[in-house]
Amino acid sequence: MATVALELPRKRTSAIPRSIRRDPPLVRWGLTLLALLALGVFIVLPLVAVFVQAFAKGLPVYLAAIREPDTLSAIRLSLLAAGVSVPLNLVFGVAAAWTIAKFQFKGKSLLVTLIDIPFAVSPVVSGLIFVLIFGAQGWFGSWLIDHDIRIVFAVPGIILATTFVTFPFVARELIPLMQSQGSDEEEAALTLGATGWQMFFKITLPNIKWGLLYGVVLCTARALGEFGAVSVVSGHIRGQTNTLPLHVEILYNEYNYSGAFAVASLLSVIAVITLTLKKFLEWKTKEGASK
Amino acid sequence: MSLPFKKPSILPGFWPAFSYTILYLSLIVLIPLSAVFLKSVTSTWSHLWRVVTSPEVVASYRLSFGASLVAGMISVVVGFLVAWVLVRYQFPGKALADALVDLPFALPTAVAGIALTSLYTENGWLGRYLAPLGIKVAFTPLGVVVALTFIGLPFVVRAVQPVLADADAELEEAAASLGANRWQVFRLVIFPIVRPALLTGFALAFARALGEYGSVIFIAGNMPMKTEITPLLIVTKLEQYDYAGATAIAAVMLTASFLLLLAINALERRTRKFMTMG
Repeated sequence: MATVALELPRKRTSAIPRSIRRDPPLVRWGLTLLALLALGVFIVLPLVAVFVQAFAKGLPVYLAAIREPDTLSAIRLSLLAAGVSVPLNLVFGVAAAWTIAKFQFKGKSLLVTLIDIPFAVSPVVSGLIFVLIFGAQGWFGSWLIDHDIRIVFAVPGIILATTFVTFPFVARELIPLMQSQGSDEEEAALTLGATGWQMFFKITLPNIKWGLLYGVVLCTARALGEFGAVSVVSGHIRGQTNTLPLHVEILYNEYNYSGAFAVASLLSVIAVITLTLKKFLEWKTKEGASK
Repeated sequence: MSLPFKKPSILPGFWPAFSYTILYLSLIVLIPLSAVFLKSVTSTWSHLWRVVTSPEVVASYRLSFGASLVAGMISVVVGFLVAWVLVRYQFPGKALADALVDLPFALPTAVAGIALTSLYTENGWLGRYLAPLGIKVAFTPLGVVVALTFIGLPFVVRAVQPVLADADAELEEAAASLGANRWQVFRLVIFPIVRPALLTGFALAFARALGEYGSVIFIAGNMPMKTEITPLLIVTKLEQYDYAGATAIAAVMLTASFLLLLAINALERRTRKFMTMG
């Protein structure tokens, strides 16, 4: 008797709402069109413009711009900067997430905030700090000059600035993921006699692999695309300290638009691949969570 | 009795992981950042004050803050619309539209900058229709707003989307069965639920816009006193080897970003509380 009384009103309310939560078709289609129009103008059109401009003078011009030695050396430098900074931030991200997600200690929320700092800092300021430390007038400036070591306006500065701006990506992805997973499985492994590393490689790593990859994808995309910070520490020396985005700027400022957009189209392809991988990994993590 | 620093746990590796985290954080982030503040105290206060209050710099604050504010507000309106449509409605190509929202995160800022500029110059795809109406976008403050809206939009969509998806359907149903019309349900039930998320999205977009460089400098045209953003002035001072000047402006910007970071953290805590309450 009591259960019926409890269930009756519930049934009634769930019978009405179907139609109540659904907006009238005119509103629905109107808002959808408006939203798609906004996405089209603000987001899709710039992407399309890159490719149209890149091929505006035909395929041969496009290919020539890509095959130019300065472009190739920019590609190499961008890959080098990403190749160093991403693994560094990957190791850090795992260590930070392990510390923050699995243990309770004082000052934890402060640590989380500190890790986010590079996202809050202007890219230009991110570059400036390394000039202040390693530049000619910087803290170590005269020592570096005496020992003939170049950091800013050279490759090491570009790597440092890239590492700084991509610093939080992996940690930020892993902390909430590992927090939501808890540590029951790890504790079980340990009680069954696993060593610390066995536990890490057999339990923790498989559990976080998709989230980890997600963080790495975002980190790599940003490392390849960073402009402001790298622009400040690079000496803009063609063929030596030019990354792909900086090369885009140089070509554009020389009014070589088809060249600039050709190089930009390479970066846009990377962006589209990033988005595809991101979607795939989001789907994978959701699948893992629902299992 | 004082509490121990760390709660006991059977999991291994706290000290190595904790030490490495602190060491790496200090080397890459904390020590380099402190350079800005330590450098700026080496010059005199009056000099610092002169730099950060010079007419050119003040004009850049006005542009950077003003354009970021306007772009943030546009992002809130458009972002909410997009999030609403993506959560509530079904339509062909929805998954693609959802993926495209993140494009501004993934597209390098320099690429966005030249692409937007090419669209909005007087013979660009959009500029040629705006020019006869007397609307100039490229090389004006309006161009800065356009670039910052491009950058800010995903922040709002991604902040609002999960909250809207989690919003309890029963609340809406209850309001409707008590006689509220659709608009009242939206205004009195749905909007209060997403308001903290909208605010968080706005703050994130605003904070990012303040420091944004790559996507803005191409479309802004960088005319002194008119379309120079604050980050650009730091670069200009550096190119003139005026390190003290660059550092002083950077210190102002860093202070603003830290205050925003604290505000965002507080907002996000509030949003989470709201979500768990519901």
